[in-house]
Amino acid sequence: MLVREFEEELKKLEREAFQSLEEVKDIGALEELRVKFLGRKGRLTLLLRSLKDIPIEERPRLGDLSNRIKTLLEEEIERKRLRLKEEEKARALWKERIDVTLPGRPILRGKLHVLTQVMEEIIDIFVSMGFQVYEGPEVELDYYNFEALNIPPDHPAREMNDTFYFSQEVLLRTHTSPMQIRVMEKEKPPVQMISPGPVYRRDADISHSPMFHQIEGLWVDKEVTFAHLKGTLAYFVKEFFGKDIRMRFRPSYFPFTEPSAEVDISCVLCKGSGCPTCKNTGWIEILGCGMVRPEVFQAVNYDFYQWRGYAFGMGVERIAMIRHGINDIRLFFQNDLRFLDQF
Amino acid sequence: MKVPISWLREFVEVEEDPYKLGEILTLGGIEVEEVQEVGPSFKGVIIGKVLRVWDHPNATKLKLCEVIDGERSFRVVCGAPNLQEGQKVAFAPPGALLPKMQIEARKIRGELSEGMICSEAELELSEDSSGIMVLSEEAPLGGDLAEYLGLKDYILEVSPTPNRGDCLSVFGIAREIAALKGIPLKEPTIDLKEEEVDVKEFIRVEIEAPEHCPRYTARYLFEVKVGPSPLWMRLRLSRCGMRPINNVVDITNYVMLELGQPLHAFDYDKLRGKKIVVKLAKDGDRFTTLDGKQRVLDGQTLMICDAEGPVAIGGIMGGLESEIEEGTKRVLLESAYFSPESIRRSVRFLDLNTEASLRFSRGVDPELSPLASARAASLMTKYAGAKLAKGIVDVYVKPLSRDRILMDLNWAEDFLGLKVSEEEFLNYLKRLGMEVQKTSERKFYVIPPSFRFDLKREVDIAEEIARLKGYENIPETLPQLLPLPKESKSRDLEKRLKEIMVGFGFYEVITYSFLSPRSLQAFGFSRFLKLLNPLSEEMSLMRPSLIPGLVEVARFNANRGIKDLRIFELRKVFLPQDDKLPKEEKRLGVLLMGEFYPSWWQKKGEKGDFFILKGCLEGIFKEVGVLEKVSFAPVQLPYLHPFQGAQVELEGIKIGVLGRLNPDLEDLLELKEVYIAELSLEMLFGTLKEVKTFKPLPKFPGTFRDISVLVEEEVLVQELLEVLKTSDLPHLEGMDIIDCYTGPPLPTGKKNITVRLFLRVPERTITDDEADLALKKAIEAIKKAGWSIRE
Repeated sequence: MLVREFEEELKKLEREAFQSLEEVKDIGALEELRVKFLGRKGRLTLLLRSLKDIPIEERPRLGDLSNRIKTLLEEEIERKRLRLKEEEKARALWKERIDVTLPGRPILRGKLHVLTQVMEEIIDIFVSMGFQVYEGPEVELDYYNFEALNIPPDHPAREMNDTFYFSQEVLLRTHTSPMQIRVMEKEKPPVQMISPGPVYRRDADISHSPMFHQIEGLWVDKEVTFAHLKGTLAYFVKEFFGKDIRMRFRPSYFPFTEPSAEVDISCVLCKGSGCPTCKNTGWIEILGCGMVRPEVFQAVNYDFYQWRGYAFGMGVERIAMIRHGINDIRLFFQNDLRFLDQF
Repeated sequence: MKVPISWLREFVEVEEDPYKLGEILTLGGIEVEEVQEVGPSFKGVIIGKVLRVWDHPNATKLKLCEVIDGERSFRVVCGAPNLQEGQKVAFAPPGALLPKMQIEARKIRGELSEGMICSEAELELSEDSSGIMVLSEEAPLGGDLAEYLGLKDYILEVSPTPNRGDCLSVFGIAREIAALKGIPLKEPTIDLKEEEVDVKEFIRVEIEAPEHCPRYTARYLFEVKVGPSPLWMRLRLSRCGMRPINNVVDITNYVMLELGQPLHAFDYDKLRGKKIVVKLAKDGDRFTTLDGKQRVLDGQTLMICDAEGPVAIGGIMGGLESEIEEGTKRVLLESAYFSPESIRRSVRFLDLNTEASLRFSRGVDPELSPLASARAASLMTKYAGAKLAKGIVDVYVKPLSRDRILMDLNWAEDFLGLKVSEEEFLNYLKRLGMEVQKTSERKFYVIPPSFRFDLKREVDIAEEIARLKGYENIPETLPQLLPLPKESKSRDLEKRLKEIMVGFGFYEVITYSFLSPRSLQAFGFSRFLKLLNPLSEEMSLMRPSLIPGLVEVARFNANRGIKDLRIFELRKVFLPQDDKLPKEEKRLGVLLMGEFYPSWWQKKGEKGDFFILKGCLEGIFKEVGVLEKVSFAPVQLPYLHPFQGAQVELEGIKIGVLGRLNPDLEDLLELKEVYIAELSLEMLFGTLKEVKTFKPLPKFPGTFRDISVLVEEEVLVQELLEVLKTSDLPHLEGMDIIDCYTGPPLPTGKKNITVRLFLRVPERTITDDEADLALKKAIEAIKKAGWSIRE
């Protein structure tokens, strides 16, 4: 073969190869191109093989030139392969595209009733202060519900709550206070108990339900004072309602405590400036409390001069209504899913 | 109780605005629920004087008159029968605003009328429209009528606690204000004008039931002129919520509102034998009270009687026959002290509450009887033209003793957690009207005043100290904490179960413990507790199961368009037993209706069914570690689908039910495919393991073999599993049902069950031969049981 022919073929081959390479669009075509030029029977391979027909003195130069072109072509093909691969991967990913604004698949999850949530939160605060949780019967004896709590028959305090009866002796408890007696009968002092649960009164309207929930608290120890009661409840109010809510004690009356107090908090809605919720007073009543009366200790054989105690009771619905702005107590017991789902 | 500020001012100085005063009382323990501003419902009405009266030319029933206000003169047409020259009247000049009209000068039957002379009714002061309102001579001419009558006022709505009977009066509230603020109190004015004639000539009193009535006083008044009471008194009564009747009755009511002592006035001429006997009625006696109702009495009802028979129910209501009427000339005025216990009992027995019984049942100061009697008598001489006999009949059989209370100031400080100086202490007690005697260092005898019968022990005095010191001044301290308590097992389990159910997608509900007989009947329950006094028939029974309540919630929601529901309730049911109190059992109730897996844009929703609910229960049993001990057996119950109901058993003991609601019930309640479950938690309480022990993970792979069994359709999967379990298959680690099928190509009445046997040797990889051996043994066992294998 003539040197000139070789050179021309090489040039042509080079031009054609790189031009085709430009036009290649996918990995298959690229492979075809590689075989066409660099394969075992590829044009460049064949050309290189024909080098042996070239005069010896020209061989090194043409051989060099051919090998440079071969290397260059190989490199370009490889570069192109990588690029095409990238592109193909990108295309494949694009095909997997989704509309991220479509709604997510609902994952099953229920909810605890708002009353349970509120009750548990309150209990947790008192448990963290050392109160032990006790539960007691809802169908109760007159003795525990009234008599032992210093409320004899015909006592005016019985007017305060209208009672459901099963017989003269058996009733639905009207408050959680009978648990004070039941726990003190069972345990030796000191006693520190909290007792949540349903209570019942014959009353039904937008703010009264024949069944509602209370949480009773009792602390009996040697050094317990009225100031401790105030301190304990102040801690509870701050923990539960928040630091910016104020609390006040005002004298009241319960047959089983003396001194007794009603506890108000500054209105959570108007922050104390006056609104319909707080009847323009700026205050909302949340619980009743006091120092355990000697008559009650007597009923459980605790020595009044050795032990002192305080007790408190709060309505869970009332607290939940205040905190969540619920305006009708009946909603709690209708269990409309749209209501349950809000909390 | 309503307390007008203007009335309070008669006894105590009120400087602050009414709202502030309300707060002082509230913080002192006398709750003021509301402060109400009241005023006249008219404007611009003045005090005028009728100068001349002459006939209306065109109307016989009308008059013309000249009214002056001190500056100008008005020509007015008036039709009142009581119009007279010289009268001071309520005059509405043109421009004045009356409740129902605006006054303008206009012609009436052809004559110009420049204004209107008003009746009480026209000014909405009373219902009296019989004539114009005639004012007293002293009324200032031209003055504003509303101001003159003191119509602008504030009413405190006070609700004293049941122990504070002493605060059920205007004077009682004033006394409390004086004590709280430490300011002087004015006593009510009593201007007693007694005649020569002695009360003892007219009245004798005998008390036969001193336990019920420790004190009874009576006064005698004569030449009484019954008529309307003065306007100011009628206004006060109506503003306090009492209807004015006549001067004698109004005065008794007025003094009751003022001093807290209920009084009763008898028409003396209707009493027989100049005598009052206080005694108990006989069982079955009948008596007609003032309200015209005949009442049946019992042997504990205290009666006021004359020489021949009862004339009043003591402390509650007078009798119709001796009531004060227009023609009454002589009055016996009763002021007595009845025991609170006796009155409360009778009020309950008779179901009769009155203003008097309210006060007596809360307790009236026994020392108040003569004072209130004198106050009323003085008012009757002034406003009912009465003459008063000299003296009072006062039978005080059992003077109430006032106990002294030993008060240790150091103890009080410890009890309250508050420092109280001796000086402060003495000051507070003095303000409260208590007598104090020092016995030793910081120890005192305290005797409360007779009206504070609620103070009996040192704790009561401690509260008074705290109250006067102000609860706001009690420090807030925290006691020494006891070691942290352990939560109870039952609470732990309940909390865990609730969390699991919430995690499974269920919403917690809380329903009433009450059910209706209709509902319990529909569900087929027959043993339950019944309330004696339910709010309604619908809520008259205590639930023996959570299921009816849950179904009711499903219905409530379905009626509001919510057809997919996953709910649970963890509460008590009430089961009658041989004891005073029923058994209260904690249960978990679950209800599933409609879709369990909700629809989504990519996938249709999936309906809930028996097996989803069963899966939930199994999840619970796994969590509390009893899954292996639980079994399910077919059961038929009235409220369950006859062929989709199961009884849940724990170690053979029934602990609950599971199934579809009976389709008849579904139809009745208009619900579709409802699944329910109920578990008693009692057996589960002990099962929660506190600490779980680790079991090593398998080091070598296991394998499995599937086996398809053809059985009669009636055969339960559990029977098959039981056979395999008891046939001692080597290397068996567990089993699973991977298919259960009936239908073609199987012969009718046949069922195919495919069981997968999981096989493993702990210390090495199991060989095929070993696995095949297990399979072979399984096949043998199945054939032995009479079933065939499908290849």
